Amino acid sequence: MTLPLLLALPMVLLAVGVYAVIAARPPHGSRQVYSVALAVSTVALIAALAYLASGQAPETLRLPIGLPWLGAHFRLDPLAAFFLIVVNLGSAVASLFALGYGQHETAPERVLPFYPAFLAGMNLVLLADDAFAFLFAWEFMSLSSWALVMAHHQDPANTRAGYLYLVMACFGTLALLLTFGLLAGPDGGYNFDAIRAGQITPGLAALVLALALIGAGSKAGLVPLHVWLPLAHPAAPSHVSALMSGVMTKVAVYGFIRIIFDLLGEPVAWWWGGMVLALGGITAVLGVLYALMQHDLKRLLAYHTVENIGIIFIGLGLALAFQGNQMYASAALALTAALFHVLNHSLFKSLLFLGTGAVLTATGERDMEHLGGLIHPMPYTALAFLIGAAAISALPPLNGFVSEWLTFQAILLSPELPQWLLKFLAPAVGALLALSAALAAACFVKAFGITFLGRPRSPVAAQAKETDRYSLTAMFILAGLCVVAGILPGLVVDGLGPVVGSLNGSVQLTTQHNQPWLTLVPIVDVKSTYNGLLVMLFMAISGTLAALLIHRLASNKVRRGPAWDCGFPDASPATQYTAGSFAQPIRRVFGSVVFQARERVTMPPPGDLRPAKLEVRMRDPVWEIGYAPIATAVVALSSRFNYLQYLTIRRYLGLVFGALVLLLLGMVLWR
Amino acid sequence: MALITDYLVQGCQMLLILLLAPLLTGWVRVIKARLLRRRGSPLLQPYRDLYKLLGKEVVLAESASWLFRVAPYLIFAAIWVAAALVPTFANGLLFSWTADLIAIVALLGSARFFLALAGLDVGTSFGGIGSSREMMIASLAEPAMLMMVFTLSLLAGTTELSAVARFMLTADVGLRVSLGLALLALMMVAIAENARIPVDNPATHLELTMVHEAMVLEYSGRHLALIELAASLKLLLYLSLLACIFAPWGMAAAGAGLAAYGIGLMVYVIKLAFGGVLLALFETSVAKMRVFRVDEFLGAALMLGLLGALLLFVSREL
Repeated sequence: MTLPLLLALPMVLLAVGVYAVIAARPPHGSRQVYSVALAVSTVALIAALAYLASGQAPETLRLPIGLPWLGAHFRLDPLAAFFLIVVNLGSAVASLFALGYGQHETAPERVLPFYPAFLAGMNLVLLADDAFAFLFAWEFMSLSSWALVMAHHQDPANTRAGYLYLVMACFGTLALLLTFGLLAGPDGGYNFDAIRAGQITPGLAALVLALALIGAGSKAGLVPLHVWLPLAHPAAPSHVSALMSGVMTKVAVYGFIRIIFDLLGEPVAWWWGGMVLALGGITAVLGVLYALMQHDLKRLLAYHTVENIGIIFIGLGLALAFQGNQMYASAALALTAALFHVLNHSLFKSLLFLGTGAVLTATGERDMEHLGGLIHPMPYTALAFLIGAAAISALPPLNGFVSEWLTFQAILLSPELPQWLLKFLAPAVGALLALSAALAAACFVKAFGITFLGRPRSPVAAQAKETDRYSLTAMFILAGLCVVAGILPGLVVDGLGPVVGSLNGSVQLTTQHNQPWLTLVPIVDVKSTYNGLLVMLFMAISGTLAALLIHRLASNKVRRGPAWDCGFPDASPATQYTAGSFAQPIRRVFGSVVFQARERVTMPPPGDLRPAKLEVRMRDPVWEIGYAPIATAVVALSSRFNYLQYLTIRRYLGLVFGALVLLLLGMVLWR
Repeated sequence: MALITDYLVQGCQMLLILLLAPLLTGWVRVIKARLLRRRGSPLLQPYRDLYKLLGKEVVLAESASWLFRVAPYLIFAAIWVAAALVPTFANGLLFSWTADLIAIVALLGSARFFLALAGLDVGTSFGGIGSSREMMIASLAEPAMLMMVFTLSLLAGTTELSAVARFMLTADVGLRVSLGLALLALMMVAIAENARIPVDNPATHLELTMVHEAMVLEYSGRHLALIELAASLKLLLYLSLLACIFAPWGMAAAGAGLAAYGIGLMVYVIKLAFGGVLLALFETSVAKMRVFRVDEFLGAALMLGLLGALLLFVSREL
């Protein structure tokens, strides 16, 4: 019986949260809270792993809390177990990191009570089995993470981020509320079992898809609902940023999968897949382009989350398209790719945010233009960050490549689809995916190269110190998992088998672990194979062989000297490439179209002593088209109705009476 | 016994490409020099350069980190493994299923990633200029290459290179528009990825337009030797790729015996020599582009690749 245990653990977390309100005083308070969070997450992780490995039937439980006629239903099935693994792995590592990192927190009383509550909220979302419990837990997760975003509220930028997050979270929850309302139907069967059993007309089902895309998409960061994410994720303390970006977005993906693949049952129309696919492709490319234009390290990572969510939704869209055409074998591949990327992204994005946290502790800076050369004082952090950067750039033999490879293989199966629109869409999305993968590599060469390589661009970067042991352990656990998932992908695919099967009419990929040399063979008759283990081995052997031979037979002498730089001696660190200049070619090629980026050089006339100036102006198309008009309209409307705030009590009563009459009239007419 | 032979043949292929790569670079240089009516350096000059570089001490910049010293080995290993997975004289070798065409592209991406980082490591302006431009070029070249992979795998039904080559030998391939587009896209990508004229100039050091040479400017001694060898291997890889996909004739089948391997080897060398001549001819007949024309060149390659794939998504006959 795993479910009662998994339900008890969030309660422990909540109790710790309450305890933290009273006892959150450094240094012991933070250590106690994070230790308990680490222990609880580890237990939950092991329990979920054991459940998924044992292949038991779903467990359900009804508790007499919540709505009196409904109670609270909870359920543990393979899908929930997989996401529990993702969530609790992320939280365990983040808690371990915070054992060290949390010591530097300036306002622990604003972080410690909400941190365990946030973890509990995410766990409960995954276990909920009725609409009320789901929405309650979802909103609990949103609000506790909002409190964490507002932890450093003295900074006006953080306050703005918190406000935007709150608005978007409420909007998303509203959409989900309507989704469940539609799903439950007029009889109000809010239990998920009742929803699964119920039938729904195609028109309403399409509406459910749209609302689920808005509700879950706004939390996950689908373009154009991503605007809050790059502001809010960086505002929180780094271990919380890691959880929000690496893990909470996955809970949103879980919500989408639960509603569309599980509750709604079989997709009725093929164009659903097309819609999700197109959204995913656009999200992937726009996300990475936004990320490339940033020079705030945390904001770059947050924008990059948007890209990865796009990749996940490409996989989900393909799966929907295949399922809509009863091609379950292909759908299994697409779903596996999407879920594999969910796991991968939670690993490397958490790792990168934790690395940024270490940099932030060491230097107090997250603006890359003031960093540089950190590989010298912080070699271990640099190594862990490098592994994360290589993994997220989809470089073999690490894990990011495997899930992108699987997604490409799924796209290559799409000519079998009968619909013309999908036939055209799939290769176009494939091109977008390839483009975003290449741009991601550029983005992380920039992120790692400007932050850790070169020479320090400011005194704080020059005086940085390596971070503490807890943080390093946490980062290397994640880095190790990135490598393991990359070289043994067959085991992960096998682990995902029951999850995929439960969503895909019991069709899953063939068993991988008995393939020779642990090769990944997703579809047997296509014969496309990849073996991360051998690629890793071959690279290790040939690299070591070359090093050994050269050092033994040729020269192994080294002399240090000043940099050559084509004969320009002793240049100042200011002559290095910066984050802005590194991205300049890409800004000119892509940004001039997407962001209407314009550069203007102001050159003073000869004899004038003013410095020359280079100005770059970029516009955010999504904000300007989608959000700015709404914001303007809201402001205009509210100033128009502002006088309503200064009425006499008589008039207010009159207003209330008038509204009541109008509503009653409407009711009568509608009946 | 058969297994041992298989291992041996695979090992031979790895050694062969390593030995042939500098020869190919020398051959292209000789042809280019002759086309310009210069005498040029001898054919074996690249070997001598490598030998000399290997024996010299390394002069490291003071600001260089451990990454700068590790990167050459990583780059060399990634490109060597990628090149060894491309069928040369024989098809379907023992480990040919290790990585498919997508993985080969990604392995080259790994090498590029570390090379670009190494360019940024010392903290000089030239290193930065090279890395930044290299990533811009790659951001278009890599998707173009993947689109070419799409086209091939839609035709052959797999992304595995030896299976693709086997398919291209069968009679029912014929002349196809999509294949022509893919060939054009691959050639354009090959020129860009190997830092050839008109995208980059492999023979220059003092030009503000240099890309690849700017990244490796700080390297010396054995590190430079490894990077030069890796660059030669990459050129060989692309020519082998073109040969194995678009001219797979004469390649020995798996386990075909020594005589077939010998013939395959001779045909392969002839193909390489021919490819080298074509490359030199092309390079001497065009002028180098401005850096911000490169994106148009590669954007065209990407569009050609996408068009080829789209045609196949529409109809398998095109």
